[in-house]
Order: sequence, then C-alpha cells, then structure tokens
Amino acid sequence: MSRRHLLRPAGFDDLGLRHALADRMLPGLVAAMAFLAALAIGGWTGAAFLAAGWQEGAAASVTIQVPRPEEPSDGIARADRVLAVLRNTPGIESAHRLSKPELSRLLKPWLGPDADQLDLPLPAVIAVQLGNPPPSLDGLNQQLNTAAPGTMLDQEEVWATRLTRLVRSLQACAGLALLVVAGVAAAVIAVATRGGLAARRDAIEIVHGLGATDSYIAARFAGRAAKLAAMGAAIGGVIALPVLIGLAQMAAPFSESAQTASPLELLPPGLWMVIAGLPLLAGAIGWFTAQTTVRAWLRRLP
Amino acid sequence: MIRFEEVGLSYGAAEVLRDLSFAVPDGGFRWLLGPSGAGKTSLLRLMYLAMRPTRGRVSLLGTDVAAQPRRALPKLRRRIGVVFQEFRLLPYLSAYDNVALPLRLAGRPEGQIKADVSEMLRWVGLAKRADARTPQLSGGEQQRVAIARAVVIRPSLLLADEPTGNLDDVQAERLMQLFREMNRLGTTVVVATHNQSLIARQQAPVLRLQHGRLIKDG
Repeated sequence: MSRRHLLRPAGFDDLGLRHALADRMLPGLVAAMAFLAALAIGGWTGAAFLAAGWQEGAAASVTIQVPRPEEPSDGIARADRVLAVLRNTPGIESAHRLSKPELSRLLKPWLGPDADQLDLPLPAVIAVQLGNPPPSLDGLNQQLNTAAPGTMLDQEEVWATRLTRLVRSLQACAGLALLVVAGVAAAVIAVATRGGLAARRDAIEIVHGLGATDSYIAARFAGRAAKLAAMGAAIGGVIALPVLIGLAQMAAPFSESAQTASPLELLPPGLWMVIAGLPLLAGAIGWFTAQTTVRAWLRRLP
Repeated sequence: MIRFEEVGLSYGAAEVLRDLSFAVPDGGFRWLLGPSGAGKTSLLRLMYLAMRPTRGRVSLLGTDVAAQPRRALPKLRRRIGVVFQEFRLLPYLSAYDNVALPLRLAGRPEGQIKADVSEMLRWVGLAKRADARTPQLSGGEQQRVAIARAVVIRPSLLLADEPTGNLDDVQAERLMQLFREMNRLGTTVVVATHNQSLIARQQAPVLRLQHGRLIKDG
C-alpha cells in the first residue's frame, strides 16, 4: 500500500462502497460458504484422525476363532489349549477369551438378543493384543493349528486397510467439496463486486477522471470485499463449531482416545487453527477476487 | 501546450469530430464555441482524457497521449482541472470531501488539504455549507463546488463546460476573474460556453466548431 493511501482519513469512503457492497448479503453468503468449508475440513480431519486410530489399533491386535472349543484335545478343552499356547508365546501382551454374554453382544446384530439361548455350535473367540515386537503371525497360526486343528486367526489389519482406503476417498470428497466451496465463494464475491461496479460506475468514472489509478480504485473494492468476506467467514466458522463438536461427539465411540475428552477437546488442535484461519482465507479470496474483477473492469476506461 | 493533429472521434459509426488540427500554447486562453451538438463536449472529453481519439494525434501538456501507456495517464489527469456542465459531484460526500478529492488522490497531507479546501470553499462562498452533502445544495452551489474541485489542485490545464450555466451575473464575473487570474499565473484555460456576455467581457482567441469541424481558430 502506497503512502498516499495511508494519508486518507480513516473510513473515508470516496466510492460510496459502504452502500454499493452491502454489509449483509455478501457476509451472509460467505458465512454459508465458510460453514460448509468448516464441515468439509472437519470431515477431512475427523476421518484422518479415526483412520490413524484404527490403523494403530488394528496393527496391534488379532482375533482368533476356535471351533468346537469345549471338545477335548489331549484331555484339555481345545480353547484352553489355544489359550495356553498364546500365553507361552513371546510378543503377546494379552489374550482374552470372550465370555458368553460378550459373544452374545457381538453376534446380536446377526442372531438377535437371545443368541446365547440358541443351541448353536459357536466357536470360542479370543481377542489377542500383540506386544512390541509382535510374534510372527504365520508361525503362531501353525502353532495354534497344531494345538487345535481348524483354529482361525483373523488379522484386523486387512479390515483396517480397507477402512483406511474408504477414509482416504472420504477425505478426497471433503477436499473436493472444499475446492468447490472456495470457488463458489470467489464467484459470489466476483458477482457482488460487479454489482458494486455497476452501482458506482459514475463515481468510479469521476474518481478515475480526477487521476485515480487502477490500483487505488481496486484497493478500495478489495479492502471492502476482504473485510466483508472475513466477517462472513468468522460468522460461518462460529456457527459451524457446535455442529462440529456434535459430530465429534457422535464419532467419539469410534475413537478410544476421544471417549474421555471434554466436548471442546474433542476437536483436534489443528482443526481449531484451521477454523480460526477461515476469516483470513476468506479475506484473502475476497481481496484477490475483487482486485482481479475491478482491474479487468477498469481496462474499459481509457 | 495542447496540440491536436488531424484528430477524429467516432461513437460507433457516427463521426462526431473530424480532422481537428489546432494548438493552444502553455498559458493560453481559448473560448470553445459552437452550436449545441457541434462537438464541444466531445472535444473537451478528449482534452481531459476521458476518451482517446479514433484517429490523429493529441498532445496535452507537452505529452503525446497516444505514446503513453495507460498507467501513465492518471498522473497527467491530476494536472487537468475540469468543470463539468452537469457538475459530476459525488452525492454521498460532503462539499468539503468533494473538493478535497483531487488533493487526496494526489497524496497531499491532510493538514494542507484542510487549509486549501477551506480557503477554496470560502472563496466560492460555501464555507458554511462545507458539511452539506451535494444533493442538499442548490444548482448554483453545486456548480461552485464543482468549480472549487477543479481549481483546488492548481491545474496546469483548466477545462470548463458551460461553467456559468447555474450562476448569477455576479458569481459568473467572480468565476471569470478566477479563470483570468489562474491564466495569468500560467494555467492554460479552455472554456466552452454559449454565454455571449461572458465572451464579450473577456477578449480571447476562439475555437469554433460546427458539425464536428473546426471552422475558426484564433
């Protein structure tokens, strides 16, 4: 900004932009865009957060199914033999056989609430937490099948990888939504700026005739557009916060680390920073769009 | 110095100025005369750089306009004061801010602007109306604000299009005194008017237009 601009009295509105670029419509529309942007960013961040948690947990756990668990093998129940092998294997932190009520809860979506009363040949399910370093899963699988043939070892990492892929595609959608929102915001600001140019055409021609440069006129519009866009983005960000916190609370059960957090701590610090930065970003989009629009329009003047 | 060489100006297919060639020396005074529709306003528009000629060459204040890049023109415009027939004031600004506008665009400090604008408004008899927005002013008062805005920057070239149309005889005479004084101090002045009594009181060379052609220079 040149020295000339600093010399103008504060608030001097030589182009009458306070009326030409209204302080309700533009901030209102940008607030709606900022709200959507905040949700998209929230979705992107939340998905990344959950994916990281799932992958971390999945890499450290396996599930083992033992068919015909109570059938004796060398005088000991097959499930107990498997548990004994697990407890004696280095690199295994814990092995927990799911109780009947736990198994029933797990199968409730498929078998209904009375799964434990149905006389079904259910396998024993053992949740194993791997240590660091973990044992060789191929070797463990062989050992378990020697102890109790037919035992199945499910590594959850496979599912986690699939879920992570799903999360990545959701993140791509959120990123695309963000780009579209930014583009629509820029279009809205461009339309508002064109409206302001049309409304103040005479004033612009007068000021231009008195020796105003394109930079001077564009700076008046850009300053006003940046201020209104930043104001709108701040409003949109504030409105989005309770919605994001609500969504984070709904997603909390999927993330162990989030279960104990207070509502405000549910949002990761990075997301807070991005939402706080929304007015700056919107202001920059407003400034740049208005500058470009006004300079292009001014080229029609001699 | 103003120099026009074979200048033509068209609005679309209609040619409003044809083959104009004349020169006004630095510090010269010219009446610009001719019937309505002769092209006086169009010629003034070329002189205050609101348009570029369709053909020919225009030099203003020693600068060949066609040779200048667009970004160089604002500086040249700041040396030209214009009194428009329809005033062209900014209605949402006060009389003070309208007069101060060219000084602010030229980057003058506010202290100097205050002194110059107050003095100018006093001279045109509007010191007490400084805070009034222009729609609150009468036609004559608006014309005086427009005159104050044109001369406050002490332009090298002063152009006026019917500057006395809304002024009484006393105010018109005061305005001509101002123009004469500025001309005496070196400002080149071109005044377009139909006011014969004004022309009679100020003997000066004439540029007379008819149907877009210059029919008299001198």
